[in-house]
Amino acid sequence: MDNLLPVIAALPFLGALLPGLMIRAGRGTCATYTALSSGLAFVLLLVCAPAVMRGEVLQFRLDWLPALGLNVNFMLDGLGLLFAGLIIGIGLLIILYARYYLSPDDPMGQFYTYLLLFQGAMVGIVLSDNILLLLVFWELTSLSSFLLIGYWTHLPEGRQGARMALTVTGLGGLAMIAGMLILGNIAGSYDISVILTQGEAIRASEMYLPALILILVGAFTKSAQFPFHFWLPHAMAAPTPVSAYLHSATMVKAGLFLMARLWPVLSGTPEWFYIVATTGLVTMIVGAVIALFKDDLKALLAYSTVSHLGLITMLLGFGTKMAVVAAVFHIINHATFKAALFMTAGIVDHETGSRDIKRLGGLRHLMPVTFAIATLAALSMAGIPLLNGFLSKEMMLEEAAHTVWMGSHNAVPVLATLGTVFSVAYSLRYIAHVFLGPVRNDYPSHPHDPNVGMWAAPALLVVAVVAIGVAPFLAEPLVRTTARAVIGSDLPYFHLKIWHGVTPALLMSGAAVIGGALLLALHRPLMRGWLAAPRPEAKVMFDAVARAATRASTTLTDGLHNAAMTRYAAVFILTVVAAGLWAWGGTGAGPAERAMLPVPPLPAVGWLVLIVATACLIAFHRNRLLALILLGGIGLSVSMAFVYLSAPDLALTQISVEVVTIILLLLALNFLPKTTPVESTGARRLRDATLSVIGGLAVAGLTYTMLMRDFAFDSISGFHLANSYTGGGGNNVVNVILVDFRGFDTFGEITVLGIAALVIFALTDAVLRGSGGRWLVRWGPARNEAGDRHPLMMVVATRVMMPIALLVGAYILLRGHNEPGGGFIAGLVVAIALLMQYMASGFAWAEARQRAPYHAMIAAGVLIASLTGAGAWLAGRPFLTSDFGYITLPPLEKFEWATAMAFDVGVFLTVVGAVMLALQSLSSMARRRGETVNIYPMDINPARNGPAATDPIDGKEH
Amino acid sequence: MEMLMASAIGVLTAAGIYLVLRLRSFPVILGLSLLTYAVNLFLFASGRLAVNQPPILRDGVHGYTDPLPQALVLTAIVISFGMSAVVVMLALGAYLSARDDGIDMDGDDDLAADGTERGQ
Repeated sequence: MDNLLPVIAALPFLGALLPGLMIRAGRGTCATYTALSSGLAFVLLLVCAPAVMRGEVLQFRLDWLPALGLNVNFMLDGLGLLFAGLIIGIGLLIILYARYYLSPDDPMGQFYTYLLLFQGAMVGIVLSDNILLLLVFWELTSLSSFLLIGYWTHLPEGRQGARMALTVTGLGGLAMIAGMLILGNIAGSYDISVILTQGEAIRASEMYLPALILILVGAFTKSAQFPFHFWLPHAMAAPTPVSAYLHSATMVKAGLFLMARLWPVLSGTPEWFYIVATTGLVTMIVGAVIALFKDDLKALLAYSTVSHLGLITMLLGFGTKMAVVAAVFHIINHATFKAALFMTAGIVDHETGSRDIKRLGGLRHLMPVTFAIATLAALSMAGIPLLNGFLSKEMMLEEAAHTVWMGSHNAVPVLATLGTVFSVAYSLRYIAHVFLGPVRNDYPSHPHDPNVGMWAAPALLVVAVVAIGVAPFLAEPLVRTTARAVIGSDLPYFHLKIWHGVTPALLMSGAAVIGGALLLALHRPLMRGWLAAPRPEAKVMFDAVARAATRASTTLTDGLHNAAMTRYAAVFILTVVAAGLWAWGGTGAGPAERAMLPVPPLPAVGWLVLIVATACLIAFHRNRLLALILLGGIGLSVSMAFVYLSAPDLALTQISVEVVTIILLLLALNFLPKTTPVESTGARRLRDATLSVIGGLAVAGLTYTMLMRDFAFDSISGFHLANSYTGGGGNNVVNVILVDFRGFDTFGEITVLGIAALVIFALTDAVLRGSGGRWLVRWGPARNEAGDRHPLMMVVATRVMMPIALLVGAYILLRGHNEPGGGFIAGLVVAIALLMQYMASGFAWAEARQRAPYHAMIAAGVLIASLTGAGAWLAGRPFLTSDFGYITLPPLEKFEWATAMAFDVGVFLTVVGAVMLALQSLSSMARRRGETVNIYPMDINPARNGPAATDPIDGKEH
Repeated sequence: MEMLMASAIGVLTAAGIYLVLRLRSFPVILGLSLLTYAVNLFLFASGRLAVNQPPILRDGVHGYTDPLPQALVLTAIVISFGMSAVVVMLALGAYLSARDDGIDMDGDDDLAADGTERGQ
């Protein structure tokens, strides 16, 4: 049965996939399938219920990230059962109600998907046995409620309300993360079941207060406690099913759930009492007072919810066991009557076209069923006997009567009674001003009772309201199980019953009913006074804060990011040098440990070439073509350095990349200005020169210091040298590292290379479609081109060289495992061979003869590499484990096969594809300019009649 | 030899930085290429310098240079080609779309100004 817990938690998420698909089959089907997944979860919960009611705790454990303490641990005890039952049970009713509430224009599939996502997140919170997992679900509820509140995306109130709710609850969630981490650190575990046993240690810890405050900020924001209560009324812009579900029955109770969950650990201290009970009391009164003066039905209910949440928070804050029992009981009762009230408010809105109390009244004759449901629910909210609200309110008043606050015996009882007075008043107002009174003739539409589908859900809830109210013992087992789970030890002696004799609570309750009725009678003059009085408007303040924060961050980012790239680069360089110097400071590097190698004349010449070429590049960098040639010279010197310093593979790679890069830059230069204008001032050039000299000196110093010293730690290179042949089957250690030891890195790198090529392709496409492409067309073909653009000599030479080059490529690829070479170099060599054809006869001509698309080549390369890697799985070994062996074919010598060769083929194909795709993209720009496309491989061909100039077709098509 | 290597890397870095600080895209690309050379040589040199000791296993030979930095640099060279190609393409796209190869945007940042409006 323990294994059912993850299933219950996962069902709503899995179910969330259905509505989007099922909406095509119609709204009824969509709602049915949504209800099916919730219903299944509910059934599974019922299967678990008997065990939990017997006092067992179901647990499920699965390691997720054990190193972080984040594990998928679920737990179902009484508290979880109550909440999961409320969430899924009321969720089912909401699904039914929403089916009839949403209009045909609303995207219903989307709605149910959001609803189930939310349901899954909520169920996750209440089943979590790990506070980090709980935090994940906690944030998910914030996100999914954002989607639900903003469901009517066309309403600005919806969008603003959603944003406000996300901001407030999201910020609270951040605070809570910090608090939870502190809590977990004190307890030594993030598992709630462990934390619950560490109460003494946690309360004694000096980090108790910070943890308490941070966690409470999270709980208070979620449960709309003063002063964070303001987001809840604005969230009422959501469709009514959402309000009924999230903002009365479930999500706003997540904060209460958390306080109840951690009650054994956190409560029982003066800090807990004064923070939680006081906040709850203030919230209860503030919410109740505002609710009385709201004309919008849903706003009235929203503030009444705030008030009742305050009431429950206050009870939890009292810290006594009996108060917990009352809190648990009121959670049940509030969920039933408040969800029903919201649904009736939705019905009134739906049928009359207005939720403004001033435009309503007299509906009892027109909507008798709705009237009956709303009246019973509202009377329960007012705390009238024989309804469930009465019972828990009595228990609350009883607890309040015994509570001493700052030495005063009267403060809490009096204030609690005051809150109740207002509670009675707004509850009665909901009945009197909406349903009683004369029938009006100016309703926005013609009100009548909706069909049964819409009132069935609130009616069911009201049945529960009355049943518990008349026969409290029905709810007693659930209350007992839940309260025992919260308290964690023996329950106080109690029985839920209607008549306790004439107690102080009964007197306070009676006074509240009379006071509430009086307040309602005086509502009109009081309302005038309320409207005249100055009162803070939370939304205005929130908006002002949000605007100020936006302005501050804009100022900051604008100040730092003024779009001057050169400035960023300068700041970056200075920072890097400064950080390096700082790291350097203090100890220094000690004396040199290695002897310097001698300098023979040849390397000295190479060094001189490099230095001179670099200096010339700086001096003549405005002449871009010259700069490119010099860059090629530098690259050549670098390759020579690799040759001299025992790195033949690097030399081969560098020189072939050099060729490709220079061709690429030449192609690009075709379109760019040929010279760089003088723009920067002398002072600026001096600044840049200073910066670069500083950077150069720093790097040179670092390199020199490093080169003159031995490794600070043992190198792992010895392992590679020792195992290259025995383990990887190759003598070329560099290649074996690439395709075997570090094969996974190489796999990543060829993927990146492929992505880069595709990015280039996509960018070209975007540029050509945009204004850049139109400009290229207007620009027209270049005028001062060479007359003989596809010279005879070059065409013939490249044709002859092509097979030789391909052969060399294949040879380099095959021998790579044992001699300098390999997939990267072979790929570059072959790409260069192909490029030569393109250069000799033009891109269009060559491309027409190119069958395999380069995209496919990249894909094939990455695929071959990954399949080679996955092949290791067949042998039961980890990804990319290589294997090798030797076979002898009769006429040939013994030769080696290795799976790494297949991997290298993948590298080879990717490199060829990526290089060619990049160059092909660039050349497609040239063709957009309307460049002539030749149909012959060369412009002048002695085999054709006469020179091209007199040829009638001209050898070209335009 | 170490001195030559260090000074070459330093000169390449200095030239690279100077070009990266220029105002047009083409010199910046050249500067990035120079910085790439410098970085690759630096990474390569971190295995310390050795002459005539290529990491190709031979019978009877016992001295080999450090193969690990070489393997890292080899892929770095190829990846840096990919990076240069993307940067070239970006520069080209920007130039063709805006007819301007300057890299500093002047004037007000319109997007940021809009942000305040949308933030409300």
